[in-house]
Amino acid sequence: MSVETHEAVHRHEPPTSFIRKYIFSLDHKVIGIQYILLALVAVIVGMAMSVLMRMNLSWPGTNWPILATLFPGGAPGGVINPEFYLSLVTMHGTIMVFFVLTTAPQGGFGNYFLPIQIGAEDMAFPVLNMLSFWVTLVGFIVILSAIFFSGSASTIGPIGGWTGYAPLSALGQIAGPGQGMGMNLWIISIAIFCVGSLLGALNFITTLLNMRTRGMSLMRMPLTCWAWFTTAVLALLSFPVLLGGGILLLLDRLAGTSFFIPGGLYVSGILSGTNPSFPVHTGGSPILWQHLFWFFGHPEVYIAILPGMGATSHILSTFARKPVFGYRAMVFAIFAIGLLGFFVWGHHMFISGMSPYSAMTFSILTLSIGVPSAVKTFNWLGTLWGARIRFTTPMLFAIGFVSLFVAGGITGLVLGQTSLDLPMHDTYFVLAHFHLVMGVASIFGMFAATYFWFPKMFGRMMSESLGKIHFWITFVGVYCIFVPMHVMGLVGMPRRYAQFTEYTFLTRLHPLVVFVSVVAIITVLTQFLFYFNLIWSIFKGKKAGANPWDATTLEWTTASPPPHDNFAGVLPVVYRGPYEFAVPGAPNDFVMQTEPETETERVGGNGHNGHRH
Amino acid sequence: MGRALAVIIWILTLGSVSLFFVKQWWFPTAITSHAAALDRQFLITIIVVGISFTAAQVGLGYMVWKYRERPANDRAVYTHGSNRLEVIWTIVTAIIFIGLAVMGQSVWASLHFNKAPAGSFQVEVVAQQFQWNFHYAGKDGVFGRTDPSLIDDSALNFIGLDETDPNAKDDETHSVIAIPVGRPVELILRSKDVIHNFWVPQLRFKQDLVPGMAIRVHFTANQTGKYELACAELCGQLHFKMKSYMLVLPEAEHQALMSLPQEQFQSRMTELLAKYPLPTY
Amino acid sequence: MATTVTGTKPLTKTGFGGGSKSRGPNGNGSPKRNGHRDAFFDSRSAVNRYRIGMWVAMASILMLFTALSSAYIVRAASANDWQPLRMPRVLLLSTALIIFSSVTLEFARRKLKSGEQSAHKRLLVLTALLGLGFLGSQLFAWRGLARQGIYISSNPHSSFFYLLTATHGMHLLGGLAGLGFLMSRSRLSTDDELAAAKRQAQTDAVSLYWHFMDFLWIYLFLLLFLWRQQ
Repeated sequence: MSVETHEAVHRHEPPTSFIRKYIFSLDHKVIGIQYILLALVAVIVGMAMSVLMRMNLSWPGTNWPILATLFPGGAPGGVINPEFYLSLVTMHGTIMVFFVLTTAPQGGFGNYFLPIQIGAEDMAFPVLNMLSFWVTLVGFIVILSAIFFSGSASTIGPIGGWTGYAPLSALGQIAGPGQGMGMNLWIISIAIFCVGSLLGALNFITTLLNMRTRGMSLMRMPLTCWAWFTTAVLALLSFPVLLGGGILLLLDRLAGTSFFIPGGLYVSGILSGTNPSFPVHTGGSPILWQHLFWFFGHPEVYIAILPGMGATSHILSTFARKPVFGYRAMVFAIFAIGLLGFFVWGHHMFISGMSPYSAMTFSILTLSIGVPSAVKTFNWLGTLWGARIRFTTPMLFAIGFVSLFVAGGITGLVLGQTSLDLPMHDTYFVLAHFHLVMGVASIFGMFAATYFWFPKMFGRMMSESLGKIHFWITFVGVYCIFVPMHVMGLVGMPRRYAQFTEYTFLTRLHPLVVFVSVVAIITVLTQFLFYFNLIWSIFKGKKAGANPWDATTLEWTTASPPPHDNFAGVLPVVYRGPYEFAVPGAPNDFVMQTEPETETERVGGNGHNGHRH
Repeated sequence: MGRALAVIIWILTLGSVSLFFVKQWWFPTAITSHAAALDRQFLITIIVVGISFTAAQVGLGYMVWKYRERPANDRAVYTHGSNRLEVIWTIVTAIIFIGLAVMGQSVWASLHFNKAPAGSFQVEVVAQQFQWNFHYAGKDGVFGRTDPSLIDDSALNFIGLDETDPNAKDDETHSVIAIPVGRPVELILRSKDVIHNFWVPQLRFKQDLVPGMAIRVHFTANQTGKYELACAELCGQLHFKMKSYMLVLPEAEHQALMSLPQEQFQSRMTELLAKYPLPTY
Repeated sequence: MATTVTGTKPLTKTGFGGGSKSRGPNGNGSPKRNGHRDAFFDSRSAVNRYRIGMWVAMASILMLFTALSSAYIVRAASANDWQPLRMPRVLLLSTALIIFSSVTLEFARRKLKSGEQSAHKRLLVLTALLGLGFLGSQLFAWRGLARQGIYISSNPHSSFFYLLTATHGMHLLGGLAGLGFLMSRSRLSTDDELAAAKRQAQTDAVSLYWHFMDFLWIYLFLLLFLWRQQ
């Protein structure tokens, strides 16, 4: 056939040198794996930090000789000191939010599977794609260096929290240990990360708009693609604001401007303007930083979780052997969440001293976000209704995602209310809420995605039995860690406290604190099963075919792992919606997107169009 | 596998919900009418939350219990959804969620929209890294002038009170806040360095103390006693130690305290701190 | 697992997809074309990525300047330490230069369309020179302020002046790099229709960006010297 011969000419040959193929690769699949590797490294650092924090909170003052060796500055004599604890808080938050929750779901899985799922050979701008990864990696190296070049012997990094509230973050070394060079590096790292994410977002949006294959109309895209697309739009519009805020903050610190620093401050015994270490400032607005930060910070929550939602919808449908319930509603819900996400940042600031009238508006908009979130949950349940569920590991994690998303998201009904936020703000209730929904649920989405797509990425299956053990312990573990934190918040336990020993009203929580720490350590250790499973399965896993899960979307039409140009020179043509499972009369219980429609389908008009209700 | 998962989900749900029934791990007793109203709103909300949470988890468990994979050739229900259901659950959740948001506003309004009544007892709160300073106007009820350039830590003038100002003659400062019971109190919140947050769990509100701003809040305590005061906004290295107490005193005792000269004021405060015990939790 | 690799099948006469109104892959192609890998068709739509990408990038840059200008407005209103700068006169020259450069670039773009290669290249060079002139004029404005002892930390208005002009100038450098890229391409022959389409798309993208920088400067100029100027 003439078409076939034509293809052979246009087939893209992969680069042969090791460096071009695996290091400075232009292949979106390699870049995706690089992003995932970055997240896998970053998450170990982040988890180790959380273990140290839990140890400090549960057994205050205990001497851990090993810590004295590892962190002579932060834990002199083996006892973790408060500034070391706070720098762990800051670094844990920053690394997890930016280098795990933003890189793995979007940069990692999005990069790998968005082009394949829409039937493209690569991203629209491969060089930009490569740059976005390398820029992000530089950001990661800089954030790690903030730990080591903090400019003070007694600490390991900035202590201002991942939100970096001014003026604590703007005043420099006099505001506290770690707030000198460490804080500068922290800001620079975030700025670099912003640039990397923006390059990535630009690429995602252009690719999706420009490179869908023939027949891949928008409403035939898998929900994962909608999620990655919306995430990219959120990143595109929110990261510049953080970048702008970061520039202003850096200027306040280094150039003596007063964007965020008001006049007449008296810090550490020094009055503003009376000492070279504290130049004169006037009139800055600390709340301005909060507005800029949260204008980014709230969409960031959705940047972290939307890809998980997409993956969950995709995986639930595949293993329920049933079309996604309410595809169109799901798409609208993703969009509604993304859009509303830009208008609710003020709910982080009810106690900040901003106008109480705007707080009321923010509150109502915030609870409105609950509506599309609930719609998604109902549709997930609808997808499971009447299903024939195959309980594979990815399916377990996807179901776990739904459960955790509900558990974490629903307390937003409390926190989103102006009045109820007042006692809950900055307590463990908030901590529990966002860890469950933004942290753990998103990570469950990524676990599901990893177990699901691993065979496609490496041509081998992951071990199901190890995967299931990993699921059971992690699922029960995260509930036992984060649900008790809600009641801690109810009692009034403030977050970012190095110790709870100072307050009588917190002593009755001590048994819960210890319980949470013990479970946390067990759960963290369990994650090494996952790492072992990953490495073991790359080499020893059962060989996977092109479509081991009997799935329908385009990534399963090509080889595992896919060739350099994804479809070996022949781009697929799409004839139907993404989730055609259990189609009556079809020979199999799944019909792939590339399956041309049969005569009966066209006449009967039944089920040839995935989005028709 | 499906059954095991369903059971685990149900157990976790039960465990999660039952944690909220432990009396010992609930809010401490409220000491203002605002706090009582907030507790009611919280109770309504947490019941809605609890029911929705339980319903969703029980539903999820039911699905995974019931719709396990069957022997071959038995396919799932082929449906792409139902517009009617989408419309119903969108509207129902919108009404519940937005209704909650609107209901919560009245408590908010009572704290933020009314000015402090005339005759409120005013205290200027000046926070600094790891220390609370409370500035009392004294007998004349007028605060003396303060200026950051007059701050002198060695003279214990932490707030920069201008001793030459006649209004400052009878002013007192202390690291503990003493307020009268049953009389409206207005706090004027300031900070010398970074953002702090005024947090007494029994009052059920938090308010940031933002440098460069003077934020006013008011409340009326209805229960005498000694309560712990914490900083709830990360303010640096010793944030966790930035602790003080709030003394709620009978009107007469409070009046007497406020009219004492500086030296006696300090020792009287120490006595009062020892006199009132912390609430038992 | 019967259906694993598909997509090589010839298309049926019934068109694509299931919808009654078949559309091209990107919603912009002709549904009449039947061979999927029609090279010309694919590349024609593929070169659109430069234009789309540029619009997307501009949205992002616009957000950066929105953030900075909302900070400007909030900061101007938040305290009484605002001391308006006197506008350096040389900024009028900057403004004239950048507006003129937009005009020359637009001509350059049209010359490429009509195939007048050398005129195209000359106009590109002229645009780049005007752009450099703009940057020089901005630096001159900075030097003038510095001579009066007004630096970035002097007062909030000067902070924003230096910040906004520097941020805009750095973005304009990106535009100059784009012009340099176009110039490096102008040596290539345009016999290949696809290469020509690609080059046209790249030229369109760069000129979009350049006009955007032009409008952005005018906006910043008005913001800096008309907003709250007592």
